[in-house]
Amino acid sequence: MVDIDLSLVNWSRAQFALTAMYHWIFVPLTLGLSFLCAMFESIYVRTGNEKWKAITRFWMTLFGINFAIGVATGIILEFEFGTNWSNYSWMVGDIFGAPLAVEGIFAFFLEATFFAVMFFGWNRVSKGFHLFSTWMVAIGSNLSALWILVANAWMQYPTGMAFNPETARFEMENFWAVLFSPVAMSKFTHATSSGFVLASLFVVTVSSWYLLKGRHLEMAKKSIIVASVFGLLGSVYVAFTGDEAAFEDAQHQPMKLAAYEGLYKGEKNAGLVALGMINSDKKPGDAQSPFLFEIKVPGLLSLLANREPGSFVPGIDDLVYGNKEQKVMGVAEKMKIGQQAVADLAAFKQARKDKNDVAASAALTRFTANKEYLGYGYLSTPEEAVPPVSTSFYSFHIMVMLGTLFPVMFIAYLFFTVKGNIAEQRWLLPLGVISFFLGQVAGQMGWAVAEVGRQPWAIQGLMPVKVATTNIAVGHVQATFFMFLGVFTLLLIAEIKIMLKQISIGPEGM
Amino acid sequence: MIANLEYATLQQIWWILCSVVGSLFLFLTFVQGGNTLLWQVAKNDVENSLVINSLGRKWELTFTTLVLFGGALFAAFPKFYATSFGGAYWVWMLILFTFIVQAVSYEYRKKPNNFLGAKVYETFLLINGTVGVLLIGAAVGTFFTGSNFILDDYSRVTWTNPLRGLEAAFSLFNLSLGLFLVFNARVLGGMYLLNNIDFSAMDDFQARLRKAVLINFLCALPFLLYVLVSLLLMKGFSVDTAGVVSMVANKYFLNLLAMPLVLGLLLAGLVLVILAVFITAFKGSTKGIWLAGLGTVLVGLAVFFTAGFNNTPFYPSKADLQSSLTIINASSSRYTLTAMTYVALGIPFVLAYIAYVWMKMDAKKLAAHEVMDHEVY
Ligand code: HDD
Ligand code: HEM
Repeated sequence: MVDIDLSLVNWSRAQFALTAMYHWIFVPLTLGLSFLCAMFESIYVRTGNEKWKAITRFWMTLFGINFAIGVATGIILEFEFGTNWSNYSWMVGDIFGAPLAVEGIFAFFLEATFFAVMFFGWNRVSKGFHLFSTWMVAIGSNLSALWILVANAWMQYPTGMAFNPETARFEMENFWAVLFSPVAMSKFTHATSSGFVLASLFVVTVSSWYLLKGRHLEMAKKSIIVASVFGLLGSVYVAFTGDEAAFEDAQHQPMKLAAYEGLYKGEKNAGLVALGMINSDKKPGDAQSPFLFEIKVPGLLSLLANREPGSFVPGIDDLVYGNKEQKVMGVAEKMKIGQQAVADLAAFKQARKDKNDVAASAALTRFTANKEYLGYGYLSTPEEAVPPVSTSFYSFHIMVMLGTLFPVMFIAYLFFTVKGNIAEQRWLLPLGVISFFLGQVAGQMGWAVAEVGRQPWAIQGLMPVKVATTNIAVGHVQATFFMFLGVFTLLLIAEIKIMLKQISIGPEGM
Repeated sequence: MIANLEYATLQQIWWILCSVVGSLFLFLTFVQGGNTLLWQVAKNDVENSLVINSLGRKWELTFTTLVLFGGALFAAFPKFYATSFGGAYWVWMLILFTFIVQAVSYEYRKKPNNFLGAKVYETFLLINGTVGVLLIGAAVGTFFTGSNFILDDYSRVTWTNPLRGLEAAFSLFNLSLGLFLVFNARVLGGMYLLNNIDFSAMDDFQARLRKAVLINFLCALPFLLYVLVSLLLMKGFSVDTAGVVSMVANKYFLNLLAMPLVLGLLLAGLVLVILAVFITAFKGSTKGIWLAGLGTVLVGLAVFFTAGFNNTPFYPSKADLQSSLTIINASSSRYTLTAMTYVALGIPFVLAYIAYVWMKMDAKKLAAHEVMDHEVY
């Protein structure tokens, strides 16, 4: 192995996290607002009421401002797999590249082509074709989400592939298994619906502000009706699919689940932590309590994780050190097998070079027996397999708490708007105004759970992040990190200022 | 049928497909070229807005084609994706950087309270059209001049030049190719604008664009000639049936002779571009963009085919000949290429709706009164 520079790994991670998190500020808004615009426009085309046209155009303007920066932040991500994770790219390009290419062919062009009609076609194409284009943009954006999430899900739960020792890389064996993996489906449904929620919150935030200021009242109320129905349906769906995501974690990434629940000692009939504070001194294997304080709902975790009351949920200690009774293999044991696999692979490569077929086939047989734990062979200590617990824990719990708040809030908005006195609810409107920011927090936390909880793996169980990076001096990565930090922050400030100005201008004629 | 294709055939199909996407991208750099013309041809606010709005309706296509080019290379030739992007780090990073700042510039330039001011956004467009295109040319040039990398047994890249890819821009050949692309993009940009804008009562503006097309073409010529002549004369990288790479005199010239079809593409492409310039500069035609666009695509194809076919490593290494990448050793598995080929059957459909929307949207030329209301870029 080449010497691994840990600061290089961490800077590369930081850069990916930075660029991905910036991308995710704008993407969920695109995912949801495109559908909301399509709905507003559909109402306009149906009713012929010019007011709905003004509403549509208002939200579309904000959509466009957001879209531009969403695209700008996306392009770097696509190439970053190559620039900063080149070992990873080569090892898995066979499987991972395909969804990215499909995304380019089918999703991005749909968006890019019809986007121009949506913005500049009002006087150039028929009403019907314009509406069609708006729907195409919505479908196109959500298709982009599908393919990239399929790729991401594959990193969480690698399936449909086999390791080819000749080329020392993973090769795809079943496209459909990759596409329809349960993790991919749960990711796609959860992440896109979280975008619907976020965009609904955005509409609620802007509209509530208008109501508080006493401006554009009619448009605000009309917008709220559509957004709170969409948001309510979306947020119920988000909770369902979130539960599914946690279930998938329990099946395929039990360490991640244990980390975001702060569960060290596995148990039957495990409780779900509703609220708690992590003891930051706690280390795997020691006798300290994991929490400074906690409130648990008894038995719920077993039910959620395995869909079976009273079932056993392994904790961090079980997963690291093994638990014979519950048939959980520990990391130390997996590392031994993995190290054997790494050595066998090297022996196989050497034998091939020496043109020694007998030795090669012997090494290959040994390798095949051990290859399942190949990735563990690169870990230095069993404890390395534990992701950062407190980050995972707090991120998860903040997301879930907000996830329970949103449907309640949408119900309240719907109720008072239908009753006709939403503008008088001075206690609710300020909550509405900040709700978009809470939604942003929930989404970012969600990714922190998913990605930080995956550590130390780039591909769960097969490839740790430290093996995945490009071989480059850390100074280069630091330079690009700050370059992106600078330019994205500049563009974000510009975006916010333009947004605020457009919001203060408001819709035309309403 | 696709399921029965030979592995080697699939690899060739994917090199052709990637070449098509890459060549279409070169045609679509008319957006970048147009960006750089802004400062020269537009003399007042209306003209300025016309240029930006006209380009602003197409920039996404160019951008998305670049994204697809990256995605297709990742899927079909992952070893190239890993080696080149990870190795020639700075070239790609800077190219991407210029595309990032471009992406927001149309939308934000004229919006009130836009923080940086219209001039800065216009500068972003200029940087994209010059530095961005120049570096793309330099990167393509390394297909012929080679790069500085070594691959180990596990195909991990070690780049042996501390400039991490920027060294590509210091070769006269690569630089000339880059400058040629910059000027060619400007020629295309001018032709596109001539085709897209309604010039009623703006004869002056139109004349300036026509002149710009001619001048930029004349500027492009010496670089083009230098690139062509060097290409024919230079030593090239060659790979034998056992996969051993060596240097062969006049390799790319021999490639053209061995593949008359490719030579034909090159010549036809050049003739089309020249013809397009002629009818634009002297015949008052607005159709130049289609001829020159097709010409650019054909030349692009000839370049990519010369680099990759006829036992030629398309991404050669100067530092270690045997690390050079060919379409055979850099490709995905047969299964992936097969699956992707099924996916590619959708491409004509995508092209068809793009063309349909383009025609529908551009049926009426962009007129001055349209860019004066506040909803536009
Ligand atoms: C508005 C945003 C939002 C809200 C309210 C929720 N989520 Fe979420 N969640 C996301 C936005 C999000 C996300 C950003 O979309 C993530 C990141 C990765 C992913 O696929 O979706 C995510 C990931 C994510 C994961 C990690 C999946 C993995 O391991 O990859 C779990 C277990 C949950 N969510 C569970 C929930 C539950 C039980 C919720 C309760 C209602 C919930 N989420 C609300
Ligand atoms: C846009 C939404 C996303 C956000 C906000 C996000 C967030 C993050 C974060 C916080 C990290 C750092 C984790 C750590 O190092 O501890 C990370 C790393 C990473 N993520 Fe994501 N992620 C997103 C989407 C994706 C997707 C869709 C993929 C793959 C298709 C992906 C692949 C990676 C990779 C390769 C790394 C670097 C290696 C690693 O640290 O695991 N991410 N991301």
